[in-house]
Amino acid sequence: MKNPVRASLLVTCLVDLFYPEIGVAIVKLLRRLGVAVDFPPGQTCCGLPLFNSGYHEEAARVARRMIPIFSGSEHVVVPSGSCAWMIKKEYPGLVGDDPAVGSQARTMAERTHELSQFLVKVLGVTRLETDFRGRVTYHDSCHLLRGLGESQSPRTLLGGLPGVELVELPGADECCGFGGSFSVRFPEVSTSILDKKIANIEKTGAGCVVACDAGCLMQMSGGLSRKGSPVKSLHLAQILSGSDPS
Amino acid sequence: MTASPRFGERAAVALKDAFLQEALEIATTKFIGLRKDSFAGFPEGEGLRDQARAIKEATLQKLDHYLEQVADNVERLGGHVHWAATAEEARETILGLCRDRGVKMAVKSKSMATEEIELNEALERAGVTPIETDLGEYIIQLAHEKPSHIIAPAIHKTKGQVADLFSRELNERFAADPEVLTAAARKELRQKFLQADMGITGANFAVADTGTVVLVTNEGNGRMVTSLPRIHVAVMGIEKVIPSMTDLMVFLAILARSATGQKLSVYTTLVRGPRRSGEVDGPEEFHLILMDNGRSRQIAGALREALYCLRCGACLNVCPVYRQIGGHAYGETYPGPIGILLTAMLKGDRAVKDLAHASSLCGACQEVCPVGIDIPRMLIALRHRLDRERIAPLGERLMFRIFGRVLASPALFRLGAALGRLAQRPFVRDGRLRSLPLLFGRWTRSRDLPPLARRTFSERWKDLA
Ligand code: SF4
Repeated sequence: MKNPVRASLLVTCLVDLFYPEIGVAIVKLLRRLGVAVDFPPGQTCCGLPLFNSGYHEEAARVARRMIPIFSGSEHVVVPSGSCAWMIKKEYPGLVGDDPAVGSQARTMAERTHELSQFLVKVLGVTRLETDFRGRVTYHDSCHLLRGLGESQSPRTLLGGLPGVELVELPGADECCGFGGSFSVRFPEVSTSILDKKIANIEKTGAGCVVACDAGCLMQMSGGLSRKGSPVKSLHLAQILSGSDPS
Repeated sequence: MTASPRFGERAAVALKDAFLQEALEIATTKFIGLRKDSFAGFPEGEGLRDQARAIKEATLQKLDHYLEQVADNVERLGGHVHWAATAEEARETILGLCRDRGVKMAVKSKSMATEEIELNEALERAGVTPIETDLGEYIIQLAHEKPSHIIAPAIHKTKGQVADLFSRELNERFAADPEVLTAAARKELRQKFLQADMGITGANFAVADTGTVVLVTNEGNGRMVTSLPRIHVAVMGIEKVIPSMTDLMVFLAILARSATGQKLSVYTTLVRGPRRSGEVDGPEEFHLILMDNGRSRQIAGALREALYCLRCGACLNVCPVYRQIGGHAYGETYPGPIGILLTAMLKGDRAVKDLAHASSLCGACQEVCPVGIDIPRMLIALRHRLDRERIAPLGERLMFRIFGRVLASPALFRLGAALGRLAQRPFVRDGRLRSLPLLFGRWTRSRDLPPLARRTFSERWKDLA
């Protein structure tokens, strides 16, 4: 194949630190699709946790560091609706006036794609093969759904997998209660929102709940495992790339 | 003086209240469904929402002009206009009218503006009996409580609780049947309408070019309050003025749909001044109180969009936080996500030190808001101000400064991860963290946490490259 699509992985802090297997799954998946994947060194976090808590100067400092790292990238692929939203929707406003990185921020915003959107809208993939088998349900992450307006791409990908039965989650578009620092500022409220989500997941009879954001996964798996539930929670990339590459 | 309990504590209490949980779940789910269905069959809805937002935006830019216009027109129609810069001025105006006109009893229709100025308490202190005539407000008044929802003040009560309350307060046993309870309230209230000297309402809109005050209600009590007593006083925040009747049509088409899923509310009452000669009903006097109370200073500020709010309550119904804890836990007149912004607007940023964070920023509020208010963005802006104004706790500000340094430096980031891996060691059980000390305990109290991976993705990349 000549001129393969080139994509840089922005792995996000949660995946880097807690869920490296999601990153591995993405690399394998993209390579299988003929994408030339690179991982620019020096990445930390997109700065969203700082930004959402109101620490905008701190978030801007992080952004000013992250932006040049990806200045040479054709596409930036992000396995998180929240982080993709931060880069696409907030970076330009946060550092847009900065003479050094302002225009780079706008370019990066255009070139950044959340993983499912990259697969469906950039690569045009809808049918994939996987050795994952079973019934799954899909939780819409708030920033992907309402921030980036995406509900279809992940469902298209999951629905196109032979051997995977996708069942709709009641209240799929309702928040899981994570909300970053919200989850530790008001743990009782956060957990009671989560309880509702878990009850809905269990209603579907699925063996696995899928999401496109490590934050939601951390929250949902935290609740499921505390309750001793057999339901697993996996990132979309893990289902798509098949057998657990950890 | 005892400090009022903080938001987190009030919320925790609400979460343990089984009645509240039942009532909230039923009511909010119902409202969400009704709204959704109503817009599903209304393809023009989206366009009208954009239009409504644009009208609000444009009106605010010339607010002075429209306020003067509405005042002129109300006066031309024989009404009186009072300007109130603060809640206190608004209260004093009404109390003054009561004194001068010998008012002993006032009937009220549902109004958040009068809640905002705590009018009932002031009237009682002055020897005037306020009677709430909206069923929900009537329930709340009997129970000596505050509304917990913008349009459904008694949403936190189950019908069983209301039956018990009525049975106790009205000395008669009532069944937990909404029809029976409504009939009981109606019987009690009928007399009051005839006795009252003053009717007090809020206003959903005031139309500048006609001087019309518009009330949107469902029970007909609003119409009685505005027409039976000899004096009608309407209390309105200055942001409620709209330019014309054409604009009103845009708002009416989406307001009830957003609030209750109705095409139109049962009653849309248009008030134009007092009774004129030859007319058979209506009050002898009409007073419009135009209240600022912190609003105008936001017109050019970060919270500007909150002034577009129609008080439909849709954002409360879909808010995952509100749905779990109800309105009282917010501890302010205006609950829910928009309530946080309104509280900051009316009382200053210090009042929302905790509340500004009482949102997961999920965006469900903005999605349903008939005027598309970007509530999450403004909550973030508010949090930013709390840091800048040094209202956020010092410990938190320090922590985020350090956190910011760490995230801005790959070396510190790697060091943090390495230290975290060491520190977590004694706590890992079956590949999970089930109980952690300090701040982390706030997570693990009710949820497991995955441990930091033995090797980060950055470290594993070398094997993949
Ligand atoms: S913010 Fe929007 S949704 Fe919420 S009450 Fe106001 S108008 Fe309704």
